[in-house]
Amino acid sequence: MKTEQYDAIVVGAGHNGLATGCYLAKSGLKVLIVERNDYIGGAAVSRELYSGWTYSNCSYVCSLLRPEVVRDLDLARHGLQVIPYESGATFMSNGDHFAYYSDHDALRREIARHSKKDVDAYDRYSKFVTKQCRFIKPLLLRTPPDPVRFRPRDIQELLYLGKRFHDLGARDMADTLRFYTMSVGEFLDEFFESEVIKAHLAGSGIIGTGLGVYSPGTAYVLLHHYMGEVDGSIGAWGFTRGGMGGVSKALGKAFEASGGTIKAGSALDRFLIKNGKVEGVVLENGDTYTANTVVSNMDVRRTFLNHVEDGELPGDFVKAVKRFKIRGSSGKINIALDGAPTFNNIPGTANFLRGDLHASESLDELERAYDAWKEGRWSEDPYFDMLIPTHVDPTMTPPGKHMMTLFIQYAPYELANGESWDGPNRDAFADTVIDKIARYSPDFKDLILHKEVRTPWDIEREVGLTEGNIFQGELTFDQLLFNRPVPGYADYRSPIRGLYLCGSSAHPGGGVMAAPGANAAREVLSDLGRKGFGRAA
Amino acid sequence: MTGHRPNLKDGLPVRRGLVETPFDRHLRPFSLAEDWMPWAGFVSARRFETVEAEYFAIRNQATLFDISPMHKYAITGRDALAVVNRLVTRNAAKLGDNRVGYTVWCDEDGSVIDDGTLFRFSETEFQLCCQEPQYSWLHDIAWGFDVTIEDQSDTIAGLALQGPTSFAVLKEAGFDGVENLKPFGIMDVASGLKISRTGFTGDLGYELWVEASKADELWDRLWPAGQNYGLRPIGGEALDMARIEAGFIAARVDFQPIHDAQRPSRGRTPFELGLDWLVDFEKGHFNGRRALLEAQRRGPRTLLVGLEIEGHKPARDAFVYHGKKKEAGHVTSALWSPTCKRNLALAELRAPYGVSVKDDLWVEIYHPKEGKWEKVMAQAKIAERPFFKNKRRSATPPGLF
Repeated sequence: MKTEQYDAIVVGAGHNGLATGCYLAKSGLKVLIVERNDYIGGAAVSRELYSGWTYSNCSYVCSLLRPEVVRDLDLARHGLQVIPYESGATFMSNGDHFAYYSDHDALRREIARHSKKDVDAYDRYSKFVTKQCRFIKPLLLRTPPDPVRFRPRDIQELLYLGKRFHDLGARDMADTLRFYTMSVGEFLDEFFESEVIKAHLAGSGIIGTGLGVYSPGTAYVLLHHYMGEVDGSIGAWGFTRGGMGGVSKALGKAFEASGGTIKAGSALDRFLIKNGKVEGVVLENGDTYTANTVVSNMDVRRTFLNHVEDGELPGDFVKAVKRFKIRGSSGKINIALDGAPTFNNIPGTANFLRGDLHASESLDELERAYDAWKEGRWSEDPYFDMLIPTHVDPTMTPPGKHMMTLFIQYAPYELANGESWDGPNRDAFADTVIDKIARYSPDFKDLILHKEVRTPWDIEREVGLTEGNIFQGELTFDQLLFNRPVPGYADYRSPIRGLYLCGSSAHPGGGVMAAPGANAAREVLSDLGRKGFGRAA
Repeated sequence: MTGHRPNLKDGLPVRRGLVETPFDRHLRPFSLAEDWMPWAGFVSARRFETVEAEYFAIRNQATLFDISPMHKYAITGRDALAVVNRLVTRNAAKLGDNRVGYTVWCDEDGSVIDDGTLFRFSETEFQLCCQEPQYSWLHDIAWGFDVTIEDQSDTIAGLALQGPTSFAVLKEAGFDGVENLKPFGIMDVASGLKISRTGFTGDLGYELWVEASKADELWDRLWPAGQNYGLRPIGGEALDMARIEAGFIAARVDFQPIHDAQRPSRGRTPFELGLDWLVDFEKGHFNGRRALLEAQRRGPRTLLVGLEIEGHKPARDAFVYHGKKKEAGHVTSALWSPTCKRNLALAELRAPYGVSVKDDLWVEIYHPKEGKWEKVMAQAKIAERPFFKNKRRSATPPGLF
């Protein structure tokens, strides 16, 4: 057992914890990051589980990572490289497909193949969504105001928010309010008539969410997936060279270059709290580290319900944390492939095969997939987001071989009848997905060399995300802005003095964004009366 | 000195109009964009698909850029070294055999005529590779020496194979020995085919120089080998992005070649281009030496510098100011660098700016915003070049990606 003293301790080396650590260390603080796993990255990791094949085990594509953070922390110099991918597609059971070209004119022609009317509708849709992105983007790296406290900074932020909202113009203000609360299904129905086009676009509205395409609040989830960018191209997504672990690796290097210390394989037992003030952390192995500032990268539930004793927290806070929605809804499969799979009626050179691929062709089908979730089953006809990053990234497999990453929805955390996910159910879940892909790719099954199947249970156990919820809490309007994670505590602080949240449970939510991490660091530095640095401080 | 005229040995009969390079028939099918441009009388691709995808292929995979239109001159004969050393500002005697050196050459006033790469195969065998035509200038320089100058621009074709998997592609194609080739080295790999470890991207990369008649053979060997390494053809636009990141200057963009300038004031010395290291006063007489000695004593009138600019709007064609008020120069090349994640530029500053006054620099950037021009005054800092640095560029043996 040892005891060491630091200026600040971050619990969890997820990308947000690392980002917070970087900013704090850069300001001159002596910072320690403790991480339960033997590797850093949380849900942004690249691991070789089959010799020669590297997987992006959890998160798999990059867009939301704030460019301000990348620049502040000089992540490019520390090896981060994000390569945008082109296009995407939805395969259809009649042998046709819908290709979502990134080239605007090519896309218009493709849409016309499915519906002439939807061609211009797409432009209208796209303009609306981009407008919403412009509205929300500047809010990502700001601490939300508390509308009931009326401190000068709350009033200032409310005015800022009000002004931006007002700048949308009268018509869009009304539409914006509707948009934030409506379902992605209704939203798309207002624009499009083609089922496959709606289904292709709707995926972004349900990913990571325990809601269906017709559940209110899912339209915002779609926006959440659009508001990122790659080099200024709004809504673009890219592959991180070497897998998503590349993000964490670069952050880790930046952190260590600023003098920070990472201790992996160091699981937290509890926060040290005295008289409502945090004093450090105690690890499971008994080691104690003291600091007056402790920042938790864990989700809000885990942080306060598992590692803080009940008596230390106000009752209404505990109640609010307990009702915070953080429901498991998805699974993940990573597959090592012996070659590039071919898809029915599509030439291997088609550029959209380098993008995100799907096989859900109507909103009805997606809604039925959600029915299974409600009943405690995985969807028998699941939605998936399927990518083969090795069409672009030469570093993850031997030449000519490929790696496929699959995000699958829906997979509930609790199976009906209290059944276990471990064992036959995990295999059966994987078979459901693989059989569905094989309907569109005749050679797919024969190419499988190895697979990593991750149920909500696996994600919770390995990454520490409650219920395996990828966003550390759902992105519905009741859990956004000043309500994230709970009302009164959207400023990264907690009822315990010196204890902060920096994970995706905090504003602006999930995705490999590093915004909560950067924002939390700014609040910590402000409490310490330290001048930060650069723009984000 | 023998006093007789250099032997003239011309190439093929002159073809008329804009012509195809020897690789054209292989490249053309890849052109989905149909976006071509003229380059030294040849048809050259500006892009094949999207500039973005081609740019990222340079920094992530492997790319082929057809450099056949480059001007290539063979300088051979007993006095080849003497002629070359009279031409260029650096000392070609210090360049080893089978080595390549970047160089510039000047007129009598010390103004740069062009820059390019000098290939030294031996003391009697050189090749000069450059952007601007130099045939008659080379003859002027060679007057009185025992050399032959041959314009090989039409007879030698070239492919730049650049990117992190470029070595893997060569290996797959069976070019043995390439693993030992160091940066700026040249090797003969087959009859009529040379590979040099050079390029314009600042990344791992090679240039393949082949007799035009053997271009098909080379293509057929290279292209299939690249299939599992992400090999794709690229156009000049993507390459230009990589060359700015690499900090390389381009003739007529970052400096005005003096033979192409009406106004003598547009001439720039190597010092003014930040190329002091290329000038060797100890090697004996060379063209422009006296003027350059004087220029060195006087100090640069202007200086080409690298800038890192705040924000993300590329500072193309922007003016540079000191203290936001006093005009200090202008940007010559600029881009948002997707790899460095920095807003970069090359700029020509007027002394003392960039020379003794290096702070408080601002760039006035104009950019269109939905039908309205907006103006930003963005702070700029002088930054070291190359902007993009990666160990894989010089690792020997090189990595596979």
